[in-house]
Amino acid sequence: MFLRKIATVVALTTIASSVWAGCGISEGRVSIVGNEFPAIQTVGAGAMECAGGGVTVEKNLTADHQKINVPGMQGNPAEFTTAIVANSSIVALMNNDVIRPLDDLVAKHGQGLKKSQLITVNGNIMGVAFMANAQHLVFRADILDQLGIAPPTTYEEMLVAAANIRASGLMDNPVGGAYKAGWNLAEEFVNMYIGQGGQFFEPGSAKVAVNNQHGVDALHMMRALSNFMNPDFLTHDSNATSAEWKAGNVALMNMWGSRVGPLKSDEVDPAVANNTDIAGPMTVGGGSTPASTLWWDGWTVSKNISDADAEATFIAMMHAIRPEMLNDETSPLAVWLIDGYQPTDAAKGVFAAAAMGTTPYPMLPYAGLMHSAAGAELVDFMQGKETASQALADLEAAYTTAAKEKGYL
Amino acid sequence: MNHKTFFWFFFPTALAMILFIALPLTSIVSQSFHAPHEEVLLVAEICDPFGCEIETTIDHEATQSLKDSQPLGKWVGFQIYSDRNHLAFNEVAKFWQSKSSFTGFLSSLNNLPFYRAMGFTLTYVIVVTPLVILFGLIIALAVNSLHRHLKGLMVFFSLLPMIVTPLVGSLILFWMIDARGIIGSGLQELFADPTLSLKASTGLTWITLIVYGVWHSAPFAFIVFYAGLQTVPKETLESAMIDGATRFQQIMHVVIPHLAPLVAFVALIQLMDNFRVFEPIVGFSAEAHATSLSWIIWNDIGQEIRLLSSAATTSVLTIIGVVILLLPVLIRTWREFNPEK
Repeated sequence: MFLRKIATVVALTTIASSVWAGCGISEGRVSIVGNEFPAIQTVGAGAMECAGGGVTVEKNLTADHQKINVPGMQGNPAEFTTAIVANSSIVALMNNDVIRPLDDLVAKHGQGLKKSQLITVNGNIMGVAFMANAQHLVFRADILDQLGIAPPTTYEEMLVAAANIRASGLMDNPVGGAYKAGWNLAEEFVNMYIGQGGQFFEPGSAKVAVNNQHGVDALHMMRALSNFMNPDFLTHDSNATSAEWKAGNVALMNMWGSRVGPLKSDEVDPAVANNTDIAGPMTVGGGSTPASTLWWDGWTVSKNISDADAEATFIAMMHAIRPEMLNDETSPLAVWLIDGYQPTDAAKGVFAAAAMGTTPYPMLPYAGLMHSAAGAELVDFMQGKETASQALADLEAAYTTAAKEKGYL
Repeated sequence: MNHKTFFWFFFPTALAMILFIALPLTSIVSQSFHAPHEEVLLVAEICDPFGCEIETTIDHEATQSLKDSQPLGKWVGFQIYSDRNHLAFNEVAKFWQSKSSFTGFLSSLNNLPFYRAMGFTLTYVIVVTPLVILFGLIIALAVNSLHRHLKGLMVFFSLLPMIVTPLVGSLILFWMIDARGIIGSGLQELFADPTLSLKASTGLTWITLIVYGVWHSAPFAFIVFYAGLQTVPKETLESAMIDGATRFQQIMHVVIPHLAPLVAFVALIQLMDNFRVFEPIVGFSAEAHATSLSWIIWNDIGQEIRLLSSAATTSVLTIIGVVILLLPVLIRTWREFNPEK
């Protein structure tokens, strides 16, 4: 009798949990692929809450997400039902035609989304953004105060400040930068080139046009900055640069807003953490456009899956970014675009970037090819092995070859 | 064995070879002769949290019928092989015509990704392969002369570098050679140069990668030679000793001739492996200073926009490179097994 009661209770709880834990979904398959910084981990964990009963939720959050998202969505049925992407990486999904328009699902389940969260192409909703990001200045308030230097607002001021800090003997290499050969170095070039007022492509065409005075100036500024960096800068990505910061070796750097939180965490030496402060992105060469780019992160839904799985995925991802997920712990992790978000102190850099009119990263089908070519071809210049215009000519040649192969030229 | 028995005996192997070697190879070769269709670009209004802008995007419907009828893409023949990011015939010809000196020609070749990768790869192959054989032999001879109670333990420790996954092994060393790592700061101390960095200069990065390559592969040569040493005929060694040969003379005239076929085997495997050098470049974040064909393939398919035809072409070029490299060894083996009648 007793055993039967227990069995009934267990059975009832299981049924109940499969209904309630399911966020209103009774069945379907949700599989998430995305990057792995803390804000995205939070979103992934939110979607996992929908697992149970007939609903399976899996997540694969990795820094290598862009290597696996397209192949994982090209099959039918697709392995991943949703990919968390940014403005650069959604392009690869659109290029390969693996994500579906979300208009019907937004109409059915998308109450509470702000219009600005919707990523639309000719009116078709292709993604839902949940956070914004940008690179901006991070500085050590104590070091700058000690030497009476104001936080730099231009890269030229940053160079002067760096020279002062080095001369004072406080730090040998006071500037930090994610200049690792490849994606990171190219990203810094994109920032600096935009700051110099350059355009990457001839208007309305895939023909690259970076071998000009803006490009040369951008490269020379990058090399001038690298003189104040750890000599291993070509091997330092955002993680390694953050580690340098935490070790107290760096006083000035241009860093992602979403990476500032960990720099101020309890694990970091309080002398560094308490004096880590942020400001808006810097300008360069007398320009008014910041040498930075604005980014959004959002999610998409696979094209090659059943309508039921697409609906389940949409609901689970909506659950992950519902306004109630914002609390004291999650709010400082990012600049959330979610309704009800109250900006924290950690967000002021990204807000300043938006207020200063920072350019969004270009959402062009071939921008990624230019980015890859820059990451490979600019290293010789950064090592002083060739001139800036030779490096830019190499970049153009590498891009043009790749763009011809892909059918853009 | 009659033909029927042989067929059924060989069938499973043949099937596996067709499925896992021949078919992928065919696919790679055919991919390298095809490129994606030309994309029809379309101007569209793209809106995101930062506002709306008129941007270019791809019109999928416009090329769908073309893509359905020719799913492999368009036939381009050797176009990708000869383009700037591969063999770069036009660029090389131009450099040759405008060269001021032969070294100037070589340094301008270094600006082309394929030749840059070949420069490092060939250096790596030429330096690492003989060193691996030499160190493998020395370790094998040393371990073999130990007391039998110690041998097992030493064999285990000597094999450790090979047991560690290459990527993990190189990552561990990457942090140890950092300017603030134990080896890096040790070297700074040793050379009394506080700015010494193994990661910042091309020459030192190459040396690091080569040292890593020898460290990682020497155990393989060691264990092969160690096995061979167990079969050295005792009688010959003893008669050499009676004739008054020193240990060095015994090794040179008895042991090494006995191990010669194994040296050829290790050389064959090492040439092939070293030509495909890849993990240490990733592990040591060395791509600013050293690249290889395998790294180029990985880079082509690991970016936001994947260059599949380019990666396939580099794969075929790698296979051709391995074949050229192994040709002398293969010809020799062929002659040994097919003596002229």
